[in-house]
Amino acid sequence: MKTRTELLFEKQPGNNLSIFITAGFPKKESLLEIIPLLENSDCDIIEIGIPFSDPSADGPVIQQSSTLALNNGMNLELLFKQVKQVRPLTTKPIILMGYLNSLLKFGIEAFYRSCHEAGVDGLIIPDLPLKEFKKEHELYIKKYKLDFIFLITPTTENKRALELATNSSGFVYLVSSNSTTGTENKNRLDLSEKIILLKKSGLKIPLLIGFGISTASDFTKACEQANGAIIGSAFIQLVKNSTNLQKDIPQFIQTIKTKSYDHSIN
Amino acid sequence: MQTQLTKGYSISEEGYYGNFGGAYIPELLYNNVHELAQNYLQITQDPDFKKELDLLLKDYVGRPSPLYFAKKLSKKYNAKIYLKREDLNHTGSHKINNALGQALLAKKLGKQKIIAETGAGQHGVATATACALLGLDCTVFMGQVDIERQAPNVSRMKMLGAKIIAATSGTKTLKDATNEAIRYWINNNDSYYLIGSVVGPHPYPDLVTRFQAIISEEIKEQLLIAEGKKDPDYVLACIGGGSNAAGAFFNFIGNEKVKLIGIEAAGKGLHTDHTAATLQKGSSGIIHGSKTFLMQTNDGQITEPYSISAGLDYPGIGPLHAHLHETGQATYLSASDEEAITAAFELMQEEGIIPALESAHAFAALKKIEFKSSDVVVINLSGRGDKDLDTYLKHFN
Ligand SMILES: Cc1ncc(COP(=O)(O)O)c(C=O)c1O
Repeated sequence: MKTRTELLFEKQPGNNLSIFITAGFPKKESLLEIIPLLENSDCDIIEIGIPFSDPSADGPVIQQSSTLALNNGMNLELLFKQVKQVRPLTTKPIILMGYLNSLLKFGIEAFYRSCHEAGVDGLIIPDLPLKEFKKEHELYIKKYKLDFIFLITPTTENKRALELATNSSGFVYLVSSNSTTGTENKNRLDLSEKIILLKKSGLKIPLLIGFGISTASDFTKACEQANGAIIGSAFIQLVKNSTNLQKDIPQFIQTIKTKSYDHSIN
Repeated sequence: MQTQLTKGYSISEEGYYGNFGGAYIPELLYNNVHELAQNYLQITQDPDFKKELDLLLKDYVGRPSPLYFAKKLSKKYNAKIYLKREDLNHTGSHKINNALGQALLAKKLGKQKIIAETGAGQHGVATATACALLGLDCTVFMGQVDIERQAPNVSRMKMLGAKIIAATSGTKTLKDATNEAIRYWINNNDSYYLIGSVVGPHPYPDLVTRFQAIISEEIKEQLLIAEGKKDPDYVLACIGGGSNAAGAFFNFIGNEKVKLIGIEAAGKGLHTDHTAATLQKGSSGIIHGSKTFLMQTNDGQITEPYSISAGLDYPGIGPLHAHLHETGQATYLSASDEEAITAAFELMQEEGIIPALESAHAFAALKKIEFKSSDVVVINLSGRGDKDLDTYLKHFN
């Protein structure tokens, strides 16, 4: 059976927008409000960040959202409860992104089982090494019919990039610059070599570009190369500054997706 | 410097000591860490590298550091107590052994920009020193709270030419300084991260252990002369991340005749939340790229440890120690703030030595172990107490 993520890319190969929001931010119950708003918008994938005390791959915006979320009392148990609650309200794939320690403390199988039960579709755990994934995680990913998404950077060696893509399901997360999340794109490097490599590989796995994507023009450019893009820090910034989420969220998504696309990419 | 792999100490290709270690890093750091893992053994075992480092350790650091027979302490505790005088090293602690080694290694890797984290500032000072000596750029990350409580070391680093960046995230101490260093490293791939203890992703725990192993190598040679045998009955060392202990233990690991005792900081006591005794109060997880013991909540959030000594309040511990603990190859005790202070004053008054607050924790263990009069006990005196005068004065009356 195909996962929600796989079905999405079948139906709509290009121009996919994935939106990242930290669970428990800005308020403990915010997911319950934000996810329905995303459902009614033109966003395609919902990524939920598991707040962690020491997010060493994240820039200030996501760090601060995590700190606030933890202060609000967010934790994995509550996160799963909230996802379960909103799952019936949206057909969009829900991906959890977090650090390995949260998962280990919860228990590996318990974590993936809870993902399955709550209706989570996939996982991004950037600090889980491929070898560990194969040893202790892959079996549960299969058992609970989840997708697992690896990151590839412009400087990932080709052989390794292919290995990471082969082991990914759902999509591959292409990192657009060697930087922490939400950082100005001074380290933006050319992803085209990796994209050509992956497209030629015959793997047929969709590619989403993330890190440092914040504007409609970033999104448009990313969609020229890949199947879509991921926006995190810019969205969190918007939520943080907003006094009217009902109005601001749909408007933000609409601005990002201004251009209309031919949904097929080459 | 020559370090043999001793019995009982083995590390897998992925950097595991039994169940602990490894490299849990985001893909963004993969190339940097991989480059180091692929090259560190070859470079550090190269005869020219060894010669260069040995010469620096001898003429610049002042090695070998003396192994001093502490007569009065010996009498008091009814054992033969020797102090390994890492406090007499240039910059005042064992940290320089590692800082020089890694700075030299960075140079061989063609890196010009060095970054480091520091808690008490000892590793920061050692790194700034090594960088000044070798002509490297140095940036040190230090928690805002530590910058305020360790002002003299901040000035030292600045005078030595280092740039200090305050870590203002999280709890603004060592773990946050480490997070900031990691973030900076992600954003500045051309820099070399010079980690200050046996922590972090593989190969750092092994790399730092090897640079510190000279401590136990010298102990063996010095004991042979002093006692006619290479093996002591006990080796005692304090544990922050665990580098001075790793160095003091290294050449005795797997030797059943030698009891290896690590002493963690209990802070205000194991029964309180104000402690840094990771092996006693922590559980297994991932911190700064390594699978090891750490202090965390039931939800896996890393908690802020507490100790009177800024060099010991790290919420993790090197994976080597987690392994030695799990396999029973070493014993880990803890000493409270108060016990450490008492032990420090005892050392001052009995032997005329002002120890670093960190090292004082190792001395506090003397009261916790029952020795035989024939026991040869080596305490690793990891650093001197100049930086801790304010704290000592507060307790001196
Ligand atoms: C004198 C001294 N001893 C011990 C430590 C603790 O570190 P480690 O456990 O890595 O030796 C420090 C750290 O700052 C130190 O300055």
